[in-house]
Formats: sequence, C-alpha cells, structure tokens
Amino acid sequence: MSLEFEAVIGLEVHVQLATETKIFCACPAKPPAGVSVADIAPNAHVCPVCAGHPGTLPVLNSRVLEFAARAGLALNCAINRESIFARKNYFYPDLPKGYQISQYEKPVCEWGRLEIDTDRGRIPVRIRRIHLEEDAGKSVHEGPATLLNLNRAGVPLVEIVSEPDLRSAKEAETYLRELHAIVTTIGICEGNLQEGNFRCDANVSIRPKGAEKLGTRTEIKNVNSFRFVEKAIEYEIARQEQVLRSGTKVIQETRLFDADRGVTLSMRSKEEAEDYRYFPDPDLIPVRLSEGLLESIERGLPELPQARRRRYQEALGLSAYDAGVITRDAGMMNFYDQAVKLLSPQDRPDAGLAKSVANFLTGEVSRRINDEGCELSASRLTPHHLVELARATAGGVISSAGAKQALNLAWKTGETISVIVDREGLKQVSDIGQLEPVVAQIFSDFPAQIAELRSGKDKVLGFLVGQLMKRTGGKANPALLQELIRKRLAEE
Amino acid sequence: MSNLTLPLDITSLHRAFEAGEWTPGAITRYYLDKIRANRLNAWLNVSEERALEQAARAERILSDSGGKVPLARFPLFGVPMGIKDNLAVQGEKLTCASRMLAEYIAPYSATVVERLESAGAITLGKLNLDEFAMGGSNENSAFGRSLHPTHPERVTGGSSGGSAAAVAGGECLAALGSDTGGSIRLPASYCGIFGIKPTYGRVSRYGLVAFASSLDQVGPMTRTLEDGTRILQVISGVDPRDATSLVMPAITRPQASPLQGLRVGIPAEFDGEGLSSDVRSSFQDLKERLTRAGATLIPCSLPHITHSIAVYYVLAMAEASSNLSRFDGVRFGNRAATAAGAESLEKFYAENRSLFGAEVKRRILLGTFSLSSGYADEYFLRAAKVRALIARDFDHAFQNLDCMLSPVSATAAFRAGEKSSAPLQMYLNDLYTVPANLAGIPALSLPWSRDSDLLPIGMQFMGPRGCDEKLLGIARSVEKLRNGGAS
Repeated sequence: MSLEFEAVIGLEVHVQLATETKIFCACPAKPPAGVSVADIAPNAHVCPVCAGHPGTLPVLNSRVLEFAARAGLALNCAINRESIFARKNYFYPDLPKGYQISQYEKPVCEWGRLEIDTDRGRIPVRIRRIHLEEDAGKSVHEGPATLLNLNRAGVPLVEIVSEPDLRSAKEAETYLRELHAIVTTIGICEGNLQEGNFRCDANVSIRPKGAEKLGTRTEIKNVNSFRFVEKAIEYEIARQEQVLRSGTKVIQETRLFDADRGVTLSMRSKEEAEDYRYFPDPDLIPVRLSEGLLESIERGLPELPQARRRRYQEALGLSAYDAGVITRDAGMMNFYDQAVKLLSPQDRPDAGLAKSVANFLTGEVSRRINDEGCELSASRLTPHHLVELARATAGGVISSAGAKQALNLAWKTGETISVIVDREGLKQVSDIGQLEPVVAQIFSDFPAQIAELRSGKDKVLGFLVGQLMKRTGGKANPALLQELIRKRLAEE
Repeated sequence: MSNLTLPLDITSLHRAFEAGEWTPGAITRYYLDKIRANRLNAWLNVSEERALEQAARAERILSDSGGKVPLARFPLFGVPMGIKDNLAVQGEKLTCASRMLAEYIAPYSATVVERLESAGAITLGKLNLDEFAMGGSNENSAFGRSLHPTHPERVTGGSSGGSAAAVAGGECLAALGSDTGGSIRLPASYCGIFGIKPTYGRVSRYGLVAFASSLDQVGPMTRTLEDGTRILQVISGVDPRDATSLVMPAITRPQASPLQGLRVGIPAEFDGEGLSSDVRSSFQDLKERLTRAGATLIPCSLPHITHSIAVYYVLAMAEASSNLSRFDGVRFGNRAATAAGAESLEKFYAENRSLFGAEVKRRILLGTFSLSSGYADEYFLRAAKVRALIARDFDHAFQNLDCMLSPVSATAAFRAGEKSSAPLQMYLNDLYTVPANLAGIPALSLPWSRDSDLLPIGMQFMGPRGCDEKLLGIARSVEKLRNGGAS
C-alpha cells in the first residue's frame, strides 16, 4: 500500500532591522557601509547596557517600533496600538542578561497575510505575529576555550511567524524570497543573507494526504540561505516519511541543518526543552503607536514587490519571468524603476526599451551578480548606463555582443556608454558604401549557398551574415547586412 | 578642629564653611578617619581618593566664590555622603554585599550618583546592605552585618542597614538607600533617622542593581527632613536612561503644611494586634498630638492589603529570579574556584551561582517557581492582579485624605540572630512598608520616639502617588511637633 504524505510547514523568520543603533542602547547596530560584520573587532560595539552590566537599563530605540509597524502594514497585519515587551529567561553565555527581551503577549503586529504563487496557484500564507526582540551575542569556540563577541547582542530583530500554511519545500522557498523582497523594499532590512540579516527556523511535519490532524513537528533552526532552507525541508520531509513508513514515530525536537552533508541532525528533544518563564519586562513601559504615526508610516510605504511585478508586466510589457527576477531584490527593483523613469514617454512600452533594460538586468547583470556573489550596488553601473545601452542597441549603433562588452566595462569604470563605444571601437558599421563590396565578395565566394538562398532556403542567410561579420571584424550591423544581401539578390 | 562643633546637617555645614570653621577638606578627612575606625562595619568600600579630590575641588570653588557657598549651582556643596553599595559609582567597587561581586568595579555611575556629585556632594564610599538588598536586618550581608549605632547587639534593619548606621552613627552626613519593600524606611526607623521612599518613577533607577525592578526606588537617609528633601530634589527627575522614570512636578521647597484640618487616614488593617506595646503607645502618642494640633484622624480601609506580604514576595522574587540571572560568572564578577574544571555548562553555572548567599538562593528558587509554566497563572499573574487591587484601594482611600499614618514596624530593632532561622518571621516584618511599594506611592519614615530601652521608633507617612512634596510638607510639621514647636 502506498500511502501518500503531505508536508505542513510554518516558518519563523528573524529579520535584522537596519537601524543605526541597537534596540536598547546607543551602540552601532551594524558595521559602517561597505564593511563586513566579520571585519569589526570583537566587542567593539559594546557598552555596559548591551553587555548586561549590573544596574543598567534598556531604553527602546523608537525606530525599531516604526520598522516593525512598516513590516506589519506591508504584510496586511493588524497593528497593536499598545504592545509590551517580555523577558524570555534562559541561560547561555552569549545572552548577557540571562534573559532576552522579546515580546510575548501583545506583539507589535498580528494576523497578517502574504500571497504567493505556487504550483497550487496563488495561496495566502497567514502571518501569526510579528514581534520585536534583541539578538544575542556570538560564542566563538577556539580549542578548549569559548570566547564571546557581544557586537551582535542587542541588535534589533523582528521575528515574523507564519501559520503552517506551506505544503512543500518549494513553497517555503517562494514565501521566503517574497518576504525577503518585501523587507528589503520597505527598507527595514539590508537583506544580506551571508551576514545573517535574514535567518529562518522551519517547523516541519507530515500527515497522510487528506488528514486533518497535524503530525508531530520538528523545528529546523537557523538556516540562512534560500537554497539551504529548501534542501533542509526536503531532507526533513523525506526523513519523517521514512520514520513513519518504518512504523516508528516522529519525535518533537529541534534539529540543525548540516549544509555540508545536506542532512538535519537532532539538537535537543522536547523533554529537554526550556521553560522560558515569560513575564512582562518591568524595565520597559508598554509602547504605543499613535494613529498619526501609523498613518504616516503607511503613506511612506513604497510600492511593494507584488504590485511592481504586476505593473512591470501590464504597463511595461515585461515577461512574468523578467518581472519576477527584477522584483526579487530591492536593489534591482529600485535600479530598474530609476532606469524606466529616464525613458521618455515615447520610449515605452511599444519601442521595447523598458523590456530591453529589463533584459540587461535579468541577463548580463544577474549573471555577474551570481558569478561574483556581489551586489549590484558594488558595481559602478547606473540606471543611466542601461538606458544608454538599450537606446544604442535599438538604434543599431552597437550589436548585442558590443552591448555586453560595453556593459561590463561600465560596471568597472563607470564611464558613459558613448565614451566606451568610441574608445573600444564598438560602433557597428552601417555605411552601405563600405559594406557593399564585402557583400559582393561573398556572392562570388559562396555560390552554392547563394543558389540555396535564391531557391527560398532562408536558413543559409544566417550563415552568410556570419561570414560577413567575420570579415568585418564583428562590427557590421547584421540587420543592414541582411538587407544588402536581399537587395543584391533582387537586383540579379 | 576637633574642638569645633561638628555640623550635623547641610545648613550648618554650609554655615561652618562660610564662617571658616570647617573646610570641605577638613570635614572629608574627619569622616574618612571615622570610617577608618570602623566602629559599625557600615562601609564596604571607602573611596578615599575620590572623596579627597572632590573636597579639593570644593575648596577651589569656595575660594573662587569668595568663601560663599555657591548654593544655586551646588545645592549639596561639600556634603560628605555614603552610597548604598548596590548603586554604581564609576571606577569603584560595586559588591551588593555579595561574594558574587566582591571584586567587581562599576564601569559607569548611576544617574543618582552623577546628580549628587554634580550638585557638589562628596562620595565617601559604599555602604553595607543585605546581599542584593534582600533582607530586613542587614544580617544577609556576605561581609557581616552593620551594627546598630547605640545598641550594637541589635540589628540596624535592612536592607539599607549600612546607610542607616553610618548616618545615625555620625560616619557621614547623609546617605542614599534603596527601598523595594521597606529597605529605606525600616532601617531609618530602627536607627532613628529620616528615610524617604519617593513615588515610583520619581528617581532614576539607572545604576541601581535591580532586586525587583517594578518596586525598587532610591531615596535619601538623613538626620533631618530638610536634608532629605534637599537630596531628593537633586536626585529627582526624569532620566532618559530609565524608561520607568516619570515626568512629575518637581519638588521645590516644601512648606510646612498646617496640621489644622489635615485629614490623616488610619488604615484599620494596620492598627491591629501584633504591634509591640512600645510601638503601640508611640503610635497612640503621635495620633493624640496630631489631634491636639487640629488634624482629623479618619479611619480608613484598604481591604486588599492583607494580601500585601504574599503579593510582594511572589512578585519581588519572580523579578529577582530574572534580574539576578546575569550573575553567572561568565562576563563579570567572580567565578567560583571550582568552576574552572566544570565538565558541563550547567555545572559551570551551578558552581558560580553557589557564590550567592542562602537568602538570595531561596528567593531565586521561589521566584523561578512562581514564573514556571503551570504555576505562573496561580502565582505570578494572580499576584500581579491583586497588586493592581491594592493600588486601587490606596487611590480610593486617598480621595478623602491628605496622607496616611502607620508605624514603620511592629517592634523596635530586634536582637541580631533573633529571626535569622525564621525567614517567614522576617518577611512579616515588612507588613507596614510593603504596601507603599506595591502601590508605587511615596512614603517616609519619621523618627518619633524611643522605647524604654531608648531604641528609636519611627512612624510612617504615606501620600498619594506623585504627591511627594505635599507629604514632605506634612512631615515637616510633624517634625516640628516632635521637637516641641507648634505647627
């Protein structure tokens, strides 16, 4: 008998807020622009408050409340006008106070919703809550010693908790990408996964297809890449299926994903689970969000990725794929929007320049970003470059190969496309007087192919144009060459 | 200068400075000598260098101002003070009378200490207390109890026992204490000085090592009410580093408010059995004197305060269990010698946390229990609800009252060791003082009389939340009444 199983997945995502200072003190919350977390000296961003020294008190950085509200509004949540902080008590060396300040009852946001496109069609994923909390420090194990780096202690986070509405690893990945695009678009998170800005815990269980009752779940902790989340969940689903098919039971436990081996490993079971003894933090008063502030936050929200995707497809004629790739990343989205703004009204959408700009982004630009693992902002490329390239290509000034070359140079130097094209000699030859003799030469060198062409076999046209390109050093305008070949044929 | 009279309050000190009878340096050295003689075990750390520097600075200022005390800028000019050793003074030890912090040096100063020092006060050193302010007799200090100045076999009361002993014993002019359930008022009463617990939120807690954050409040302990008022003025005021500090009307110069027509509430729940005959007759005496001075005594009822002790200990211990989690020997403070070879993290914590004394351990355990899953509803949450009812009882009663009056304690200072084996007895000792902390209202202890052994007996005045100034005005008239003056 082959029983079919269905996975039930809920995600808890820790989003690091991009505030200048920590959540409860004035220490920097992040490295200066362009500097990696790893390059900050251990414990350089630490004061008596975030180190939990006796007698110190937390004072809320009000920006974090605004950021959490922004997330809530972008995710269609109900926003609590009054929310409270609670202490989550547990012992760990990198938790300076012996408790984490978090929210338990009355988080900033509840009851939200995010729609994603899946194999099951468009589905709503319910958001249970979004709450604020402080990050812990980092334990560094060096031989027999454990060292502590408290730079991260007190860095503000929102935890976005979904209901178990996801049914596959792929759906989980889609949800995460969408969430990532949203938090970066609304500017509350820098979104750098390598730096731990966006981390995910996945709750996974399986049940016989059609069953109502949920199976026993396991929690996979702290996965910080989209691909790893997908792999970890896939592995965990398969593991649980195997456990159930072998007639044993899934144990409720916390598991860790070992990325090298592609497996999840047991960390601690429920019996060892902690009692966090939550209670309202008496050092912090309930915080209030006024209607006025909420209204201004809502007014200030940028166009969200889903709306942009729709606009790109409907108004600019982009393919679903291109619109999807561009809206995956706030940096690229904003870059594209700026480029589109530079186009004059008659350039779009019929002239196809908006599409052409998009093609550069989803093609050559994405390739470089992926290959080099860098950010678009790390290059010297500007939206203006892409518009120049799109115009030059459409106007036959440069070939698509030439455009690629120019883009890659502009990426490095930031020079204008026209300067690059002139210096590198990328301009296409469109001078008929210069090209006609070369075309005539082809006719005499490839009589067989010409005969085929004459008999209506258009396929050889590509071959002939290729030959012509070779002879002109790749600089001839291929469209013009085709035209000249046909003209000569007609004249014969 | 030993043939000169010692100024016993701030006004006389300033007069002595201006008359050239004393200099800030001389008075500081006088107290440092007394502290060094260590008659009372009141001090845990003497900040001699700091004090002498501050005194030298004061002398320069005094000579720059032509010998006149610049009172407007420095209301506490040259006042030699002691600080309870659960308040941070930058660069000085902060032990909380615990082995856990025996070597710990504070990397910053408490807001109240900064405010005292910029008002010109001289910080002589740190004063003894019950470990982490947990206790009512100072017997829970890891460094031995401070002695009662006139009856050394008696306790000073606690937890601010060192503060009370030092002020009453003439080892400093004034001191800061902290009050979570009576820790300023009880030792003030036992040692015969004034102790003020302000409205919760009036004084910043930044730099006060938390025992129970929602109850803790810093306040002055002084020989005169005038001095207490001055110090309170200096340390009061909203602090951006303490989110629970509140904007309240500032305390200006409280005028003695007329006792004629004053409505004084006498809570029925406080007037019952359990009072020693000495305290009872002292209480009776005060009530009669007040009546004769024209005040109206109004019996009132605070029905829920019978639960005060239970509510207080559940909440205070719950908060304490969390507040004291940071003392694990990992990042600061002492690490147990036995922790080095610990085979697991749990064992490492256990070894380090064994540095706590018995009472602190008891409170952490009880507090952890009352917050645990399955018990929190019955203990912590229920206590929090009853606390709200107690606060409402006070609000209600104060609608028709100017203040309330009760003894501070059922007895005068008891003998050391008398209650140390009976923690519950000790907890019941807080019966009269705890409600003011639960309700967040201002309360003060006023030395009213002495018993047949000449042990001081203090009386407690409580006022509506935020009405500290009014309460001080009433107490001023009562102080005059005690001193034999008419109000």
